[in-house]
Amino acid sequence: MPDDQSSLLLRIADEDNVYVLLRNLNAGTRLKLGERTVVCETLLELGHKIAACNITEGEKIVKYGAPIGSATRDIRAGEHVHLHNIKSDYIPTYTLNSETD
Amino acid sequence: MSAKTEFQGFLRQDGRKGIRNTILVVYLVECAHHVAREIVYPYRKQGVHLIGFSGCYPNQYAFDMMARLCTHPNTGGVLLVSLGCESFDRRGLAQLVGESGRPVETLVIQERGGTLITIDEGQIWLEKTLAELEETTTRVTMSVDELVVGAICGGSDATSGITANPAIGRCFDLLVENNASAIFEEGGELIGCEKIMADRAVTTALGEEILSTMEKTAHYYTTMGHGSFAVGNADGGLTTVEEKSMGAYAKSGSSPISGLIKPGDVPPAGGLYLLDIVPDGDARFGFPNINDTAEIAELIACGAHLTLFSTGRGSVVGSAISPVVKVCANPETYRRMSGDMDVDAGRILEGQATLSEVGQEIFAQVLDVAGGAPTKSESLGHQEFVLTYKTFEPIGPACLPV
Repeated sequence: MPDDQSSLLLRIADEDNVYVLLRNLNAGTRLKLGERTVVCETLLELGHKIAACNITEGEKIVKYGAPIGSATRDIRAGEHVHLHNIKSDYIPTYTLNSETD
Repeated sequence: MSAKTEFQGFLRQDGRKGIRNTILVVYLVECAHHVAREIVYPYRKQGVHLIGFSGCYPNQYAFDMMARLCTHPNTGGVLLVSLGCESFDRRGLAQLVGESGRPVETLVIQERGGTLITIDEGQIWLEKTLAELEETTTRVTMSVDELVVGAICGGSDATSGITANPAIGRCFDLLVENNASAIFEEGGELIGCEKIMADRAVTTALGEEILSTMEKTAHYYTTMGHGSFAVGNADGGLTTVEEKSMGAYAKSGSSPISGLIKPGDVPPAGGLYLLDIVPDGDARFGFPNINDTAEIAELIACGAHLTLFSTGRGSVVGSAISPVVKVCANPETYRRMSGDMDVDAGRILEGQATLSEVGQEIFAQVLDVAGGAPTKSESLGHQEFVLTYKTFEPIGPACLPV
């Protein structure tokens, strides 16, 4: 596991509760988030987000220092943050397979 | 700044200067599209571009857009191709173009006697006009403060908002410092950024105009039932429209916002301008802009000499009339599609360049392209163009406090 997580993860603003991935991370990649070590469960691609800390259902997701949506369920630190666990506070995101409501 | 801030432009009768000397062949209804395209085809690499309006029903916005595009500083001459029975006011448009000092001709297919003869006559006119423009257009020194530059993003992914868009923002800051006009567009792509934008307006009244425009926008997209968010955006890691907005918003840089304009309004002075692309009134004609190209055409109608286009997934589009500079946000996309990309902003992700360095590189490219260097999409022959139905009210006095 690389010591320097800054080449893998980007926190754009200090108050963000998500990191942006700067590389593709294979399943099984171990990441150190503060005191905690987390393991990627699936392949995560560059540009996707993971939770920087535990986030509870209903909490705002913050990126660029601004809210980008709300958690639709509890999210563990290190977990992939995407359509399956957050939603827009403006207009619902349209997906082809309609896996979200 | 090491970049050369002066270059040679084409002087027009209204005092504005162009960075290209393009002849437009314009179909005035879809029924004239094929004939116009055939006229252009052999000349498509000689600075002859095809644009047009497909609708048969009249629309003031479409007329005004055409008037702006046909008298754009990059436009040297205009050939109108009409079927004959469509509602577009071809005489009004030809008159405006003629009064602007540009060569103009109208070919009406029904009057000329059909497809073949119209193509023939169109090409005869093009031969004559290409030679004429070569001789008659005045070349003059043009400087960066006379440039109007637009910015747009398309095919976004989560890298767009952390590399290419903020780098374009740095370039916009340099342009505004140099007294050029920089225009970023507002559609559904800025939903969620309204308060931050209003705080950057040069006057409180302009800030209020921005807020009410954003309210209109949110209402419009809600009526349409979905935001400016394509399925590919989610594959690239973006989850919500407001997340995409914050990334898109980074293109605007950090200058104060000097004005709020609508398609066809030309910035009155140097500065940063927000372009409102969402129609006024009830949602009548569908999505505000059906694709990126429709938005580029609106930036050009506001006088943009060239457009900075940020892409993460990898768009290949260019444009008729004004060159498009492609800034690629994602290093993997760049490696796959470098033949289509002008700037590799993905280097920021890989620690090989800083945001400021890439911003300066884009600024230098703007000046090169203004001086005549072709962009990738120009060299590849991309001349996309789309114009659809819309309705706008004129902007209010608070929108341009300058």
